[in-house]
Amino acid sequence: MGLQGWRNVLALKTSKNNNRAAWQRAFPVPLSHSQITRLYSRFHSLDKGENGALSREDFQRIPELAINPLGDRIINAFFPEGEDQANFRGFMRTLAHFRPVEDNEKNKDLTSGEPLNSRTNKLLFAFRLYDLDRDDKISRDELLQVLRMMVGVNISDEQLGSIADRTIQEADTNGDMCISFSEFIKVLEKVDVEQKMSIRFLH
Amino acid sequence: MEGAWEIAFVLFQVWLSIVVGLIVLPAMFGVSLGFTDIYIKVLVKTLEWATLRIQRGQKEQPTLPSQSANGIIEKDDGSMEEEIGELRRSHPKNLAGGDFTMCDAFYFCKKGIENIVEDQVTQRFTSEELASWNLLTRTNNNFRYISVRLTIIWGLGVFIRYCILLPLRITLAVIGLSWLVIGTTLVGLLPSSNAKNWLSDLVHITCYRICARGLSATIRYHNKENRPKKGGICVANHTSPIDIVILANDGCYAMVGQVHGGLMGVIQRSMVRSCPHVWFERSEMKDRHAVAKRLKDHIADKTKLPILIFPEGTCINNTSVMMFKKGSFEIGGTIYPVAIKYDPQFGDAFWNSAKNNMVSYLLRMMTSWAIVCNMWYLPPMTRQDGEDAVQFANRVKSAIAHQGGLVDLSWDGGLKREKVKESFKEEQQKMYSSMIVVNMNESLN
Repeated sequence: MGLQGWRNVLALKTSKNNNRAAWQRAFPVPLSHSQITRLYSRFHSLDKGENGALSREDFQRIPELAINPLGDRIINAFFPEGEDQANFRGFMRTLAHFRPVEDNEKNKDLTSGEPLNSRTNKLLFAFRLYDLDRDDKISRDELLQVLRMMVGVNISDEQLGSIADRTIQEADTNGDMCISFSEFIKVLEKVDVEQKMSIRFLH
Repeated sequence: MEGAWEIAFVLFQVWLSIVVGLIVLPAMFGVSLGFTDIYIKVLVKTLEWATLRIQRGQKEQPTLPSQSANGIIEKDDGSMEEEIGELRRSHPKNLAGGDFTMCDAFYFCKKGIENIVEDQVTQRFTSEELASWNLLTRTNNNFRYISVRLTIIWGLGVFIRYCILLPLRITLAVIGLSWLVIGTTLVGLLPSSNAKNWLSDLVHITCYRICARGLSATIRYHNKENRPKKGGICVANHTSPIDIVILANDGCYAMVGQVHGGLMGVIQRSMVRSCPHVWFERSEMKDRHAVAKRLKDHIADKTKLPILIFPEGTCINNTSVMMFKKGSFEIGGTIYPVAIKYDPQFGDAFWNSAKNNMVSYLLRMMTSWAIVCNMWYLPPMTRQDGEDAVQFANRVKSAIAHQGGLVDLSWDGGLKREKVKESFKEEQQKMYSSMIVVNMNESLN
């Protein structure tokens, strides 16, 4: 995090008036003052190397995340293409996808495009868990790989293959044997994404 | 110049005789002159005043709410089956077989993100956050300048703690430890007899009492009738090396531990002269059978003191009890569980060995306000039929957690330094697989 970044955080911690405009400029992610400071505290405690950025190992140190079958895919979401370090801004941006949707009613002033926590963006986050090579479609191979992560050694290749085939058959409407993002959205249109992909702060 | 030295010397003698007369001697006889009680009462009043001031100050400036015991985010308590079941309910049911849906990933995703924001394990390896500031800089996480009066009290507190209490406590600690070394060596010269045992107990207890005064420790014991007896094993939750001082203030135990060099080594060697403790070489520790055998031999001898063991194996921050290693529960013998709960308002007793080494930890202890804790002796437990060592260990752990008001976790304290075992991930994968395959078989029939 550069010098400006640190100044922003310091401004957060010492600001006497809840100057939302000022720190919203710093973090284009509408979270409350206390939520951002809580997350900064958490970021700092995960950052064992104290260099202002998290590595994949820092995430792996959380035991409950390390045993999550999709743990590696989730951790990967915090690292933009080709990078090994996640700074606080990136950390916040990724977490912002999980803000409850009703919060948007309070933040009508931030209308720069669709908010990160909209239903579509939440679905995009999930889509990217499956889309390993980031080419905007889920191929049979990619689906198989992710399925393998989730089931471990407990299901045979053939069974897994037929599950993958069935899933693609169900979703694929244009016959290219891959699932595009719009096909993904269509299949999951009845799922309560807003509830299931949201984290609520207690304060 | 010499006049100054003489005056300094006289002052030092006066100081020493006051300390010995008013603190050490009464401590040795277990008598309290009441100074500590008055000190604690004054402290409580001051901290209450400070809390009110801070709260008043906070109403004027919006500030951060502190972390409550329930954590900072809402968590669903449902099992994997319940949660994924809910997800699938909205998805049209497939008849061709298999029950995988792409929204299953949402469950793992949400759990993963929840754990990134707040997890149950890593928070146990750092000091507990306080609900309200106790005027120690080290616990000042989110508390800002409120008023002049508060700052003055804080400054006064710094002066009292560093210039008055610290020298006093260091003196007491030095006296206590030297007495331990000298006393046990002297007792060790005697031939084995009842008198020797009685004297050894006396030396140990008086030394620990002096050390407890050296920390301004106020300990409340509960259920003293359950105190560990000879030939038994005492197990307790572990927060810091000070646990030993706390426990040994009210009874004599045989310590178990690794042989150290330096000052610790000197203390260990002299302690062993007066009564049998169990010290292991580093190489012996790896051989579990040898360790178990030595402990078994010790408890089989009914004249030897009860062993003191901390089954967690590492220091935890006194908000939870983590997995008990099964070694001590396999030996047989009666287990006497003890629950220790420190009051964090007066001083943080947790030893974060990653952040502080022993010396800086002791300095922090001696510059805290006081150590206030509650100790509960629980009724003795033995392994029941059909119960294996792990289940027994968990039963004891739950009892201790329940009594002390701590969270009962089954995570291993060793996760402080080591990675989690792959087998836990495999368990999760197996659980999930059973949600896909079972339904697949059903629809094929």
